[in-house]
Amino acid sequence: MMPDFFAAWLDKNDIFTAMTIMEYWNGMVTTVQLVFLCLVIGLIFAVPLAILRTVKNPFVSGPVWFYTYLFRGTPLLIQLYIIYYGVAQIPGIQETFWWEIFREPFYPALLAFTLNTCAYTTEIIRGAIVSTPHGEIEAAKAYGMSWLMRMRRIVLPSAARRAVQAYSNEVIFMLHSSAIASVVTIVDLTGAARNIYSRFYAPFDAFIFVALCYMVLTFILVFVFRKLENHLLRHQRPVGS
Amino acid sequence: MFDLKGYGPDLLNGAVVTIELAFLSLALALALGLIGAAAKLSNSRVAVGIATSYTTLIRGVPDLVMMLLFYYGGQVGVNMISDYIWATYEIDFFFQFDPFISGVVTIGLIFGAYMTETFRGAFLAVEAGQIEAARAYGFSNWHTFRRVMVPQMLRHALPGIGNNWQVLLKTTALVSIIGLTDMVRVAEEAAKAERMPFHFFIPVAFVYLALTAGSELFIKWLDKRANVGVIQEN
Repeated sequence: MMPDFFAAWLDKNDIFTAMTIMEYWNGMVTTVQLVFLCLVIGLIFAVPLAILRTVKNPFVSGPVWFYTYLFRGTPLLIQLYIIYYGVAQIPGIQETFWWEIFREPFYPALLAFTLNTCAYTTEIIRGAIVSTPHGEIEAAKAYGMSWLMRMRRIVLPSAARRAVQAYSNEVIFMLHSSAIASVVTIVDLTGAARNIYSRFYAPFDAFIFVALCYMVLTFILVFVFRKLENHLLRHQRPVGS
Repeated sequence: MFDLKGYGPDLLNGAVVTIELAFLSLALALALGLIGAAAKLSNSRVAVGIATSYTTLIRGVPDLVMMLLFYYGGQVGVNMISDYIWATYEIDFFFQFDPFISGVVTIGLIFGAYMTETFRGAFLAVEAGQIEAARAYGFSNWHTFRRVMVPQMLRHALPGIGNNWQVLLKTTALVSIIGLTDMVRVAEEAAKAERMPFHFFIPVAFVYLALTAGSELFIKWLDKRANVGVIQEN
């Protein structure tokens, strides 16, 4: 009964045809690609930057602090505009192979998102590293571990446990921020919704549907991170549960 | 001298629009946050349900999508209502849904959800003994809320309010997308016309940086004042 009803509804519907659904699907793929890539690259750079940020020498930690302060203190939209419009203005870039890459809006957006999420992630990891209990480091030193081994075996794994909750918020935040990619002509989920809105002049259908898509993505992320958190913090669970 | 090519006054007006927008949305968000927190902590199951679905819904949807929905959908919705009023009562009623109003409503609604969580946590941090003491003095519910709960929870809520304000300030940049001539919009038009992106976006970025840095200092000062009577642990 349900499929009949659904088929009838689709039959009478001008907006949700196979073509627009495909457009939304392609937008979803672009959004997921963009967010996934920027998060992975951002995380890879954030770990060493966070370690540098905790170094006592101000000439080492200062520049990292400046970078994170700059990118956390300004809107992502401005960062995106500066990179998107600015890249074309670099003298001589149009003759190099970089132009082939940066002519597409996808890569400037990826660069802006990566720099932004990397700044936030650096601060999250730094906070977790700084709050490592002293005893853990003393014990590692007593065992004669070198700095590198201490970092790798004790500090970073313990920091990861403390950082995962704040990081899950950052991931969801990034998914939501990625909607502004549609401003620089990328057809992501929001871009698809804007195209469909302007074709049918149907704001409720276009934007409520896309809001539901984002909500589904958000809840998937929340679920995955809750599983991850349970896995990482299972030693803290009360006995017997 | 730094030459803004005649866009200086426009940029300044844009900055004023940004600040107005930020403060109005903050006021709306604080009001919604207080109502939401009171609803979440109340005994009424309906109120808890409404408040919970509000915060869940808002946190699942990007701010830009919400803003586009309110801006484009708001006008269509208003038109439907005015058509209905014309058809039934023959009263001519027209209301232009401008980007400023949709910006304030959207940002206020979004941050109202975050403020709800902040206030809820802060209310829970008020000692139960304080509430019991108020009851023992014969305070009514409303009296307890206003005289005991709110003044004491503000101290706990302040860091959260500060964080939300910092994020809110940066979110205001999004209204340039729905056509409000704030500072980002002016900078974008100037950058396109003069083909000098760095020249216009970097000053605007520094205005935002100055605003966030200034509010950071102000929040620190407020926090110090709010904790005057409290012994710091370290």
